[in-house]
Amino acid sequence: MADLLTVQGLETRFRTREGMVHAVNGVSFALREGETLGIVGESGCGKSVSVLSMLRLIPTPPGKVVAGSAIYQGKDLLKMTDEEIRQIRGSQISMVFQDPMTSFNPVLTIGRQVAEPLEIHQGYNRAMAYERAAEMLNMVGIPRAKERLGDYPHQFSGGMRQRVMIAMALICTPQILIADEPTTALDVTIQAQIVELVKRLRDELGMAIIWITHDLGIIAGLADRVNVMYGGYIIEEAPVKELYTNPQHPYTIGLLNSLPRMDETDHRRLASIDGLPPVLLEKPGYCPFAPRCHLAVERCWNENPSLLRVGDQHTTACWVDPGTGRERQ
Amino acid sequence: MGRYVARRLIYLFVVLFAVSAITFGLMHAVPGGPFDKEKALPAEIIRNLEKRYHLDEPLLNQYLRYVKEVFVPEFSTTKFSSNFEDDALFKFKIGGVYVKWMNFGPSYASRSRTVNDIFRQQLPISIQLGLMALLVAIIIGMPLGIIAALKQNTIFDYISMSVAIFGVSVPVIILGPVLIWIFAVTLKWLPATGWGSKPPYLLGFLPTSMGWNFFKYAIMPPVALGLASSAIIARLTRASLLQVVREDYVRTARAKGLQERLVITRHALKNSLIPVVTILGPMFAALVTGTFVTETVFGIPGMGKYFVISITNRDYPVIMGTILLYAVFLVIANLIVDILYAYLDPRIRYD
Repeated sequence: MADLLTVQGLETRFRTREGMVHAVNGVSFALREGETLGIVGESGCGKSVSVLSMLRLIPTPPGKVVAGSAIYQGKDLLKMTDEEIRQIRGSQISMVFQDPMTSFNPVLTIGRQVAEPLEIHQGYNRAMAYERAAEMLNMVGIPRAKERLGDYPHQFSGGMRQRVMIAMALICTPQILIADEPTTALDVTIQAQIVELVKRLRDELGMAIIWITHDLGIIAGLADRVNVMYGGYIIEEAPVKELYTNPQHPYTIGLLNSLPRMDETDHRRLASIDGLPPVLLEKPGYCPFAPRCHLAVERCWNENPSLLRVGDQHTTACWVDPGTGRERQ
Repeated sequence: MGRYVARRLIYLFVVLFAVSAITFGLMHAVPGGPFDKEKALPAEIIRNLEKRYHLDEPLLNQYLRYVKEVFVPEFSTTKFSSNFEDDALFKFKIGGVYVKWMNFGPSYASRSRTVNDIFRQQLPISIQLGLMALLVAIIIGMPLGIIAALKQNTIFDYISMSVAIFGVSVPVIILGPVLIWIFAVTLKWLPATGWGSKPPYLLGFLPTSMGWNFFKYAIMPPVALGLASSAIIARLTRASLLQVVREDYVRTARAKGLQERLVITRHALKNSLIPVVTILGPMFAALVTGTFVTETVFGIPGMGKYFVISITNRDYPVIMGTILLYAVFLVIANLIVDILYAYLDPRIRYD
């Protein structure tokens, strides 16, 4: 399948009181048509910032995209005029945000907010847009959708609001849906419902998805390929099955070990990764995970590894082979 | 909503009882009385005056008499005299019965006027002045604040906020004469002093004709009075809008591909106005009752001076009347603000 979106060497920095924080440090990936790409990592590893940078939704200042390109339909999203990117947002690439409580405008009705992209991008009049909005709400499983158009966000529960958010993102049938931790703020049963809903809509509408999460469990059933991020770098990239069965980066291994497993019979304590993710005030000349890595060798402290091919579609940024504990040849 | 408003109006009476009792106690606790002059009056005359105004009775009786005069309507089959004791804010006739209600009493300082006269003749002018000053404050303050927020840390921001600082720092007593000197004395565009409306007033406070003959007097004083408030509104609007544009739902609006103009007007402005509306209530009350300097500078026959001189004169009925009036304004203005809240923010419902 053809690449729909190609991101190359994306770098984003934030000016803070402590200095320049390097949030995203040369992220490259491709998204193919109709595929679901998972991006996982701890809080603050640059997952959200990379996709927000792509759509130029980073508050500037203090944030700034300093390098890279994001080619969509032959044009670089990062070099477009404001008007060109505006016409792509919400119509061809749309986003679902993490917190359904704060991501809706509290003083506008749901109907108004869901119908808005149609009015903006496809010139629908208010009545037609509302009718289509009701259809969309119905599609994402809001009961009595038509009557609820006049309700305000606070009259919906968190899970319902996230459904509405998905309806709002998909109302213009975009090619790419970016979901930025859409289930993090929801409880577990609702999470499962939302994941099922997105799977169903993906099959019906055929859009490609970038799903950002720190929950490896959700990604397992949803994504085709997974990027693992750490400290603003992609440190491992693999098809989802390969990643779970044959993780090659000590960080990925650590993440997987911290998950409970259904098939385990002995009651082991869940493993955790010692230490905290780094706040990078300068680009490191060493592997950013080295301070927390029990496999780190001398080379890890002297040279930051770039992605090395370790399998057919599998790359990882690690000097050490976790199988042997020795440096890769 | 109707029940809510009714409940709040009942609270108003509770507030008024509390305010009247405290004010009454305080003003009698302060040394001196209304008839203490630099050259002392003969004791006999003071005794007669005090008897005339019932000041020789116990304080509690005086207070109850005052409350009764103000709150309890009086009925009579014969016409009320024009004596101050039979005066009232509301006097009318229903089916052969004469009714009077709300007698705020005489003014001890000016024997020819009652507090009711002040409310009828001076208060409307102060309300007109205060309302227009509030309008000036909003019309200048909000756009300045919005521009400053949208162009944060640019020259527009600095200019807007400098104007705001200027507005708070220059008192009416400077600004007023400067305006008069420029627009009345030098350019001769506007009259230096006076006010262009006379009784009777619509609804008790609106001028009956609003032509140039009214407005030529009503440009400089509201600007002088309202400029400081406009500065407060500008700073508050700026801070509030700056906070709102960082909200998640504004990012959502951008992610939906809205034009920047729509992001601000449709998604940010209404939310950012909520804290601004909050201060409009007390601000209005303060503007209507804080007109003393403005009225003095521009020679406006409003009630501002009664607020001030009634205290030094120990003019008890005027003190009570003006303080109660302030309380009424404050409560009603806040009630209007609360009703506006419900309109601005659908999460607030009073039923």
